[in-house]
Amino acid sequence: MKIAVCVKQVPEGSRRIDPETKRLDRSGEGTLNPFDANAVEEALRLKDAGGEGEVVLVSMGPPKAQDALRKALAMGADRAVLVSDDGAAGADLVATSSALAKALEREGADLILFGQQANDSDGAVLWAAVADRLRLPVVSQAAEVTHADGKLTVKRQTEFGYDVIEAPTPAVIAVSDAINEPRYPSLKGIMGAKSKLQETVSLADLGADGLESRTEIYALNDPPARGDSMKVEDDGNAAQAVVDFLAEKRLV
Amino acid sequence: MKPADYAPPFDARDYVAAPTDPDDERIEVGVLIVGAGPAGLACAIRLGQLLEAAPEVRERLGEVPVAVLEKGKQPGSHLLSGAVVNPRALRRLFKGRKRIDEMPFHGPVEHESVYYLTPRRALRIPTPPTMKNDGNYVASLSQLARWLAEQAEAGGAMILPETSAVKLLAADGRVRGVRTGDKGRGREAEPLGNFEPGADLVARVTVLAEGTQGHLTGVALNRFGLAGENPQVWALGVKEVWKVARPLDRVIHTMGWPLRGASKYREFGGSFIYPMGEDMVTLGMVVGLDYRDVELSVHDLLQELKTHPLVRKLLDGGERVAWGAKTIPEGGFLSLPKQLHAPGLLICGDGAGLVNVPALKGIHYAIESGSLAAEAAFGALQRGQTPSTPGTLAVYDEALRQSFVWKDLREVRNMRQAFGRGFWLGGALAGAMTATKGHFPPGSTRTERDSEQELIRTDRAQSYPAADGKLTFDKLSSVFAAGNKTRDDQPNHIVIRRDVPPELARMWERMCPAQVYEATGNGVDITPSNCVQCGAITAKGGRLTPPEGGSGPEYTVT
Amino acid sequence: MSTLVFLEHHGDELLKSSLGVLSKAASLGDDVAGVVIGLNVRGLADEAGKYGAAKVYVADDAQLEAPLPQPRVDVLAQLVRDQSIPTVLFANSVLSADVAAGLAARLDAGLNWDLVDIVQEDGKLVGKRPALQDTVYVDVGWTSEPRLALFRSGSFDPSETGGSAEVEDLQVSLEAFSTGARMVDQAHEESSGPSIEDAEVIVAGGRGLGGPENFTLVEELAKALGGAVGATRAVVDAGWYPYSTQVGQTGKTVAPKLYIACGISGAIQHKVGMQSSGVIVAINKDPNAPIFEFADLGVVGDVHNVVPKLTELVKARKS
Repeated sequence: MKIAVCVKQVPEGSRRIDPETKRLDRSGEGTLNPFDANAVEEALRLKDAGGEGEVVLVSMGPPKAQDALRKALAMGADRAVLVSDDGAAGADLVATSSALAKALEREGADLILFGQQANDSDGAVLWAAVADRLRLPVVSQAAEVTHADGKLTVKRQTEFGYDVIEAPTPAVIAVSDAINEPRYPSLKGIMGAKSKLQETVSLADLGADGLESRTEIYALNDPPARGDSMKVEDDGNAAQAVVDFLAEKRLV
Repeated sequence: MKPADYAPPFDARDYVAAPTDPDDERIEVGVLIVGAGPAGLACAIRLGQLLEAAPEVRERLGEVPVAVLEKGKQPGSHLLSGAVVNPRALRRLFKGRKRIDEMPFHGPVEHESVYYLTPRRALRIPTPPTMKNDGNYVASLSQLARWLAEQAEAGGAMILPETSAVKLLAADGRVRGVRTGDKGRGREAEPLGNFEPGADLVARVTVLAEGTQGHLTGVALNRFGLAGENPQVWALGVKEVWKVARPLDRVIHTMGWPLRGASKYREFGGSFIYPMGEDMVTLGMVVGLDYRDVELSVHDLLQELKTHPLVRKLLDGGERVAWGAKTIPEGGFLSLPKQLHAPGLLICGDGAGLVNVPALKGIHYAIESGSLAAEAAFGALQRGQTPSTPGTLAVYDEALRQSFVWKDLREVRNMRQAFGRGFWLGGALAGAMTATKGHFPPGSTRTERDSEQELIRTDRAQSYPAADGKLTFDKLSSVFAAGNKTRDDQPNHIVIRRDVPPELARMWERMCPAQVYEATGNGVDITPSNCVQCGAITAKGGRLTPPEGGSGPEYTVT
Repeated sequence: MSTLVFLEHHGDELLKSSLGVLSKAASLGDDVAGVVIGLNVRGLADEAGKYGAAKVYVADDAQLEAPLPQPRVDVLAQLVRDQSIPTVLFANSVLSADVAAGLAARLDAGLNWDLVDIVQEDGKLVGKRPALQDTVYVDVGWTSEPRLALFRSGSFDPSETGGSAEVEDLQVSLEAFSTGARMVDQAHEESSGPSIEDAEVIVAGGRGLGGPENFTLVEELAKALGGAVGATRAVVDAGWYPYSTQVGQTGKTVAPKLYIACGISGAIQHKVGMQSSGVIVAINKDPNAPIFEFADLGVVGDVHNVVPKLTELVKARKS
């Protein structure tokens, strides 16, 4: 089974927003989005369970995103494709999903995996957009995935409990971070990662020039003040004071 | 009572073993360097240069001619220093390839002042000759290492971050390489779902550049009987980096307050305040770990220092952006191992103790020793010799003894030991030593281990400022500012006795800048995930070993 | 219709968060329509009318019964195109996030997500979005229509305006690939209380509880409030409570509407895991505990006295 995993490099360490571009400052060190590690791990497990296949990483980012890809290659992925183009900087959901879909089309995978979210923009929901462009079934929040006879069975985690959903391959699945514990790359894996194939493609290569974002950022502001803190000493009535406070805020 | 009375259950022999992985699982590299600090990276860079000009030697070193292991998340994550760097060794290393202005320095030192502080005043004193910094540059060691790492990789070295070296592989009296640490063990060391065992990494030459309190360095000194006459001693430095409203125009060192000068306290040290470009300042407190007061906390002394009018003014309107802590070997020349090589093994940098205490310099010695180690290893390989044959690597020790490293350290050899006698007497002796280039007083002062100092208790803690979150900070929020996100359910990597008297537990609690230890009614509790791996515990009655690779602080500007 | 609100339901009730978004949309002034999609959902239209919808589109079909996103994208895409609707709003959930993103791709429309508010400014629609762990708020907008917005669950409280809605039935026609995913077994309501990630109320315990046996105090209060139980690193380290409940830098990050911290000092390692909570109440014996600096209501007192009393009072209110 050929499995494509969409991964992203996110800024390492403390985050800041660049006041000029009003976007996240990605100029510092980067690392593999921790949630994508779950997706890479799941891909490796499915490949091992099936006995044979290939795990390809697909990513979009600046040239130095190669470092994040290397970590996933060290875990055991076979090769990587990086979509890197100045025209893609700051691309929003619509634009990103368009470029990624073209790159994924090129690969023709049986299964496309995403991580639960990117920890730099908290909830990209990219998979559903990509699935729509590829006209493939999509299941998200997968806490368990099994594959047998061209069919995927997914346990989806929702607010109301777990659904069991079936989908044919090819399909797109976004895994939740509860699905597995990503492996540590072995030393051999880390050392071997450098010699695995890492391809870089531009938007033109994909026929995806003229990417346009449909959203924009106007300004950065301070968050609304939390409001004054109140402090009371318990003289036997504090519990009542709390209930009154909660009632006033319609929390109870 | 002294910490040495409660020695930790640590046996260096547990950390030396023959390779156990089957031949086909063993990983082979040409030269293995442990530690991506200035010494290790200089070694990797120098090797890259030498191998470039000698492809036939490079061939013989296999697929990975030079590998550098780094236990932090990336080079620089565990590096912390002042620092004012003497560019001498960097000039030699990069001769004809890179200029000083291409390196990530924060400017040359233009002015400097030394102050003797009292609680409210700052008395300017003439800069002692050993501390003059003309021609030197201010740097963040963490940043410098990231730049050096890029150079090393460009020269062909393979850097392996998040990889700790936990055992020395040795057989038949020869060092064969190291064993890397396991990952994915739980609190009781039980393998978790994603358990990944370490691997045997064998090499023709192993270079230990682990920095202060190097784990395998200590193991090797013990295994090969390399320790010198005097034990090593250390100081603990705790520092912060601040964004400031007004630029600082000079490098500042202070002595005196908040340390106490009377000899019974044995509080040797001072502070540094360095400008980092126009908008940042770094400041730190450095105190010898031979101090005696149970209530002494270097972190809190730093907080106290910031309340001094001189310092408060510099930081006013600013904001803390980083914090960290690390020990510095302080024994100098007299505490150096008698030999820094063994069959198949070379030892460089702070791990070897190559620090000039009165000048507060060690980085250029680390770089120089790393270069010399590279030259020794390369030379042996080029001559067709086997580096693990006893005596082959003796050329390294010879080269070191001919170098400026040895000359400098020898000249200031008694200074630290003199200061053990208190600031005033020590100061006078130090003056005499400088004037006579180390010849007076005659003879060599003996050094005692830090853990051999008898503990006393005073009410020192009364004057530590409460944390206000703006100028002064508590330890936990400082550990956070160090970028420490260590996994909580790891095995404990600190070897100490738990059933210790309240005084000792209390001393550890105060000593540790990261709040790892807590005195309970009957002993001590540990929170190993707070640990920033400064190494202080090893000096004062315990033993730090490397935790899982990738753990610990993520320093970037220290 | 200028604004369309996706109304999600569970069982035979519209979700509170959807109704909140509907109320918000109605307050923005222009005509608001809701859309309900499922099987036998026509009856939900009345509810929508009460909360501000002037019109409700209903897509009622057996193929729409299971809460799967892609058939809903088909329905919405057709509706938006047919009616030239300029703005579509969603309240975040596992389902609606997938619907919103799929719709954005289908219509090549801008989607701003994780919003907590939306306003009209200089004739433009501006969304407000927290970033960097809620330390900064970003104003975001759209460069074209239709404009899609996904709001954080619970951003708005539903408010009844007592209106009624005109109902319009939609013809349902689905893409072949949209029916590829098939619901085999739908989730049954969990009986053990919400998971910590989804809970609207979390009651957490720290070292100040004194011992593992005192976690029952926390559990009782959580149960009374219908919430989940959280724990600090210190007590998890000490083995008092499982790691799955750990809130903080090396545990989970949560943002419930109400966070009650019992015997927790509030060190930054814990704070970063819960600082975005709507309302923070802290109970701690130590008046200097850092948690009092960012709690909305702080009680300096003994948790063993305050918490049981609080539980009693909450139970009394609810009955």
